[in-house]
Amino acid sequence: MNMNSEGRPTRPEPADAVAESWTGNKALMLEEALIFEIGTTASTGVDVETPPAVRSRLGGLDRNREIGLAGLSEPQAVRHYTRLSRQNYAIDLGLFPLGSCTMKHNPRLNEKVARMPGFADIHPLQPVDTVGGAFELIHTLGEWLCKLTGMPAVAMSPKAGAHGELCGVLAIRSALEARGDAREVILVPESAHGTNPATAAFAGYKVEDIPATPEGRVDLAALEARLGPDVAGVMITNPNTCGLFEPDMKRISDAVHAAGGLVYCDGANFNAIVGRVRPGDLGIDAMHINLHKTFSTPHGGGGPGSGPVVFSEALAPFAPLPFVEKQGDHYILIEEETAEDHHASSFGRMVAFHGQMGMFTRALAYMMSHGADGLKQVAEDAVLNANYILRSLDDVLEAPFGKGGPCMHEALFSDKGFAEGFTTLDLAKALIDEGYHPMTMYFPLVVHGAMLIEPTETESKETLDQFIGALRSIVARAKAGDPSMHQAPFHAPRRRLDETAAARKPVLVWKEPEQAEAAE
Amino acid sequence: MARYFTEDHEWIDIEGDHATIGITDYAQEQLGDIVFVEVPESGSVLEKGADAAVVESVKAASDVYAPVSGEILEGNDALADEPALVNTSPEEDGWFFRMSLSDSSELEGLMDAKAYKAFVDSL
Repeated sequence: MNMNSEGRPTRPEPADAVAESWTGNKALMLEEALIFEIGTTASTGVDVETPPAVRSRLGGLDRNREIGLAGLSEPQAVRHYTRLSRQNYAIDLGLFPLGSCTMKHNPRLNEKVARMPGFADIHPLQPVDTVGGAFELIHTLGEWLCKLTGMPAVAMSPKAGAHGELCGVLAIRSALEARGDAREVILVPESAHGTNPATAAFAGYKVEDIPATPEGRVDLAALEARLGPDVAGVMITNPNTCGLFEPDMKRISDAVHAAGGLVYCDGANFNAIVGRVRPGDLGIDAMHINLHKTFSTPHGGGGPGSGPVVFSEALAPFAPLPFVEKQGDHYILIEEETAEDHHASSFGRMVAFHGQMGMFTRALAYMMSHGADGLKQVAEDAVLNANYILRSLDDVLEAPFGKGGPCMHEALFSDKGFAEGFTTLDLAKALIDEGYHPMTMYFPLVVHGAMLIEPTETESKETLDQFIGALRSIVARAKAGDPSMHQAPFHAPRRRLDETAAARKPVLVWKEPEQAEAAE
Repeated sequence: MARYFTEDHEWIDIEGDHATIGITDYAQEQLGDIVFVEVPESGSVLEKGADAAVVESVKAASDVYAPVSGEILEGNDALADEPALVNTSPEEDGWFFRMSLSDSSELEGLMDAKAYKAFVDSL
């Protein structure tokens, strides 16, 4: 009889002795057809009267055939989406160890606040004097962000991390142009996030790599040697993607400033230092903050991100419009018409309106419910949890940078020691069978077969111990060369997918069977 | 026909003053399933070490460099439809591009098969 890790019996027989079910369902794990394949176009789920004929004004643009949507009843539609949702993995189901993503719990209090009608039911084009409360919220959140980062100004409008990076680099570009100093190059260390070089290139800069040291940190000597009158700035991720703090950050900033450049810091990993380190003290000129990571707003399901950018004195005048300012005891919106007085050097506008209001509400609820002491403990517990994972696995997995001391918010391992032909991909697929979303794989690139695990402060010791137990069991199989791992996952709704075909020939649009046949 | 190798895991076949270039079996093994290859346009003139092609796998996107200086004669169009050729036949059908060789002395710094094998074993 098979037992689970708590010693309770699971299934009585090996899985391969069980006959396939007629429906394809596996008890509560339900197969689900596409919505177009359920019901027919002849049926309808609602009973509305046929509208009276209208004279079309669309000319040649009239629809000339049936729209082709299957008519479903409400229970059919509800079941369809509920069944699909059960095939998904979510932070509300279990540990989500994706490194560099900070998949933390989304407190229900945030959701309650975000649904308050005064925040949820307002429109960006509403008269300004009817939304004073929303402006106060945006301004208060901005003040928290400035306080936590030790920076004097903030742009709230960027919609996500990479958008925030672009905002920061455009401000750097504007500041350099304002002093008539055309520079062409942005330096990006190997330990930076993959979006950093993409952002610099998108903003029109040439990107040059700075190598990492064998300890996984920025090579300061190589950086200093490259600085010069053509270097606009550097983009550094701190803590970096090896899960390490860059201890030379202040020296790096000073060297870049001495050479006339500016410093962008990718703040995606702010969770590890929030309340403990103020980036402004490290000489940083611009940094984005992922509200959807550090401040617990939902992400990962395609939900909105939010990437406000904090600025130093040097860059503050170039921050984008619009923004909220406090005048006396009320709040005003600084836009193109009102910016002339004191914000004429803004580089412009990145979004139509104010940013992600729903995320602002959630992030401020998170901050205010934690308080200053609670946010500090967030960073401490996140780092503690990551180090617990690092030290609970570094006897069976190689931790390339684990010998130099503790890590920050994420633990990094390589595939060294796996049996011939066994890869990180095999391990990740086997982890799906154990009921976990896999960790970040093959990133950062500087580590062979990298596995990057970020538990966040959300997880209890019991949850971590179970995850560590599962991982140790799979690692033992990978080292022993258990051939079944090449076929994993066995228990997921789908077995191992053809990732090349998925990337090369994705089927994005459903076609009616006769259409699909005709196309072949 | 002589075959040379670079430390960036490219192979170079020399026939007269023409070179055919691809990535090695070791490189495709490291990259994993290849989903996209961008080959250079005929007629572009590249310096040794310049970005020539892009190869993207399920793990990472990487640049392929021109191992010698010269003019691109032809890219392997078959890779556009079937990038997996690089996985199945990296050192034959999965070639990336052919180029002319403007300075044959550049070959001197490259490895032969034996030296490349020793190089890979040392990694």
